[in-house]
Amino acid sequence: MATRADDLGLGKPPMMAAEPYQWPDARGHFGPYGGMFVPETLMHPLTELRQAYERYLGDPDFLRELDADLRDYVGRPSPVYHAERWSRELGGAQLFLKREDLNHTGAHKVNNTIGQALLARRMGKTRIIAETGAGQHGVASATVAARLGLECVVYMGEVDVARQEANVYRMRLLGAEVVAVKSGTRTLKDALNEAMRDWVTNVDNTFYIIGTVAGPHPYPAMVRDFQSVIGREARGQMIEQSGRLPDVVMACVGGGSNAIGLFHPFIGDAEVAMIGVEAAGDGLDTGRHAAPLCAGTPGVLHGNRTYLMEDANGQIQETHSVSAGLDYPGVGPEHAWLKDTGRASYVAVTDDEALAAFHGLTRTEGIIPALETSHALAYAAKLAPTMRKDQSILINLSGRGDKDMQTVARMEGLQL
Amino acid sequence: MSRIQTLFDRLRSEGRTALIPFITAGDPTPELTLELMHRMVAAGADLIELGVPFSDPIADGPVIQRATERALAQGVSLRDVLGIVRRFRETDDQTPVVLMGYLNPIEVMGNVAFAEAASEAGMDGALIVDVPPEESHELVDAIKAQGLDLVYLLAPTSDAARIEAIAEVASGFVYYVSVKGVTGAGHLDVDEVKSKLDAIRARIELPVGVGFGIRDAATAAQVAQVADAVIVGSAIVGRIEALAQEGQAERIPAVIGDFLSELRVAIDQTNDGGQHG
Repeated sequence: MATRADDLGLGKPPMMAAEPYQWPDARGHFGPYGGMFVPETLMHPLTELRQAYERYLGDPDFLRELDADLRDYVGRPSPVYHAERWSRELGGAQLFLKREDLNHTGAHKVNNTIGQALLARRMGKTRIIAETGAGQHGVASATVAARLGLECVVYMGEVDVARQEANVYRMRLLGAEVVAVKSGTRTLKDALNEAMRDWVTNVDNTFYIIGTVAGPHPYPAMVRDFQSVIGREARGQMIEQSGRLPDVVMACVGGGSNAIGLFHPFIGDAEVAMIGVEAAGDGLDTGRHAAPLCAGTPGVLHGNRTYLMEDANGQIQETHSVSAGLDYPGVGPEHAWLKDTGRASYVAVTDDEALAAFHGLTRTEGIIPALETSHALAYAAKLAPTMRKDQSILINLSGRGDKDMQTVARMEGLQL
Repeated sequence: MSRIQTLFDRLRSEGRTALIPFITAGDPTPELTLELMHRMVAAGADLIELGVPFSDPIADGPVIQRATERALAQGVSLRDVLGIVRRFRETDDQTPVVLMGYLNPIEVMGNVAFAEAASEAGMDGALIVDVPPEESHELVDAIKAQGLDLVYLLAPTSDAARIEAIAEVASGFVYYVSVKGVTGAGHLDVDEVKSKLDAIRARIELPVGVGFGIRDAATAAQVAQVADAVIVGSAIVGRIEALAQEGQAERIPAVIGDFLSELRVAIDQTNDGGQHG
């Protein structure tokens, strides 16, 4: 795997930098990716959603309400932290962390659920539904539902319900109904299928909050827009704190919402390299991974065209990652497009590498990161020593690791 | 003229409503699927919808999802489904067969390769659930180039503009989803269906089949009053599942045959009552 700065094209102008970036097109395509590959039964709710989203994202009243909530309820802006000790230890580029782990509910997910829940209320919907893998998006959805007094149902694969007990309990405390999905592989993709089925059936009063930049148009664009607050803040903070833009922005990629949120405001900055880090699980060559951009092929799933993990007959494959939040066989269509155009690079790190980075950051900086985030940290730790000390890498610290205590302890043979 | 058009022309001249059963190919086994297809025709099926198993069937309810899982557990692929159609055609060159499935397995085979293989196997049309008229023009062109019909869904929420967009690309017949929801869901309201069919017929000349929510002879008869075709899926697949689970898979063709005969009688009685509009 290429880890040298040269191989990633650092410092070289990317192909698309000269043109203004205006994706998606009117029907939700990012080049050949994205779109609306859905049954006719979903076309009307998606159209209704697209119209509301277009209307309110240009509405000063709505934006004021959103900004106030992000400030007073979520705790934004989140800081950018210069991890000096970790940087020194690695002996190369300076590492900066965008602290999304300090948000209310402990991850970037709430930026999006606040936005969509406010939209749901404006649309007069009284019930929200969500899918969740690790439970972070489910918790963030249940949280905003509690606050706005909306009914909330969260679909979660039976396998994930069993391995994320603490988050299931949190959601129930918050008043949400958690439905264990027993179909298919009983993980995140099946939870998404089930949520779509609920939406089709209950569309009159129900708003479906998708947790990532996947799904049919307008979800990939809408979730990106809500998450872009990460990159907008970080761009200004980097200039303020280091006097310049970072050389690299980096984030883990499952569906890809924290990565797009960080990347999007930097797309026009040709000198900033963007690197997404997927989950290589047991290793890309073992087939037991969750890295569609690194090892998959383009196809159609969950309403959009994107890179997928699929078999020779076009059936979607089971994925594997130590981190439930990256355990998804597809990826947001905008990442597929950024990969093909060369504007962003995508790499993958294994479970073991992520776990090592989890411990590394915890011990050197006193910050316990989520296992998802640890994938980005692991790649940063490989890349930084190949760069100069006056260069910098900005990593999205997308979530905190409290939820992963059981998993990590279990992997080390401990029972909490 | 396509087999589908021939069928509906004949039924229209006879004042009769088509009976269209849906089964998932390979559920519970590919061998039984073939036998079942012939048995359904003998029991009065006019056209067969054959589901291609896909790992992530977002438009389907739990009954058809489980059928899909049973078929996938045996490794039934799109090529296998076309193989079943080819064998069906060895002894039946009259009954139209429409493949119902999702886009990804087709794209993996290749749009043109799929359309050619489907035509060669003797398939008559395709309903690709997750391809609205706005997407996948290459596939649409490839299917049409083989003279196959492309069937589209219409929903209670489809407005005039969408009905017109679908009228542009659809052929053979259109499939009206009578309830909001997934396959096997809800209870249908015949008056509501009728008023929606009027709106559809004002914009589409093709025959209109009605499905989702037809579970027995009584609902089939009600729908036959207003539709050109009655489409029954989950009620059949649910019976297949029950027999397979009881270890009585060999009884499936006979039981489903009897069920379809009941529906046929109910539909024909409705048609003979002169209520078909």
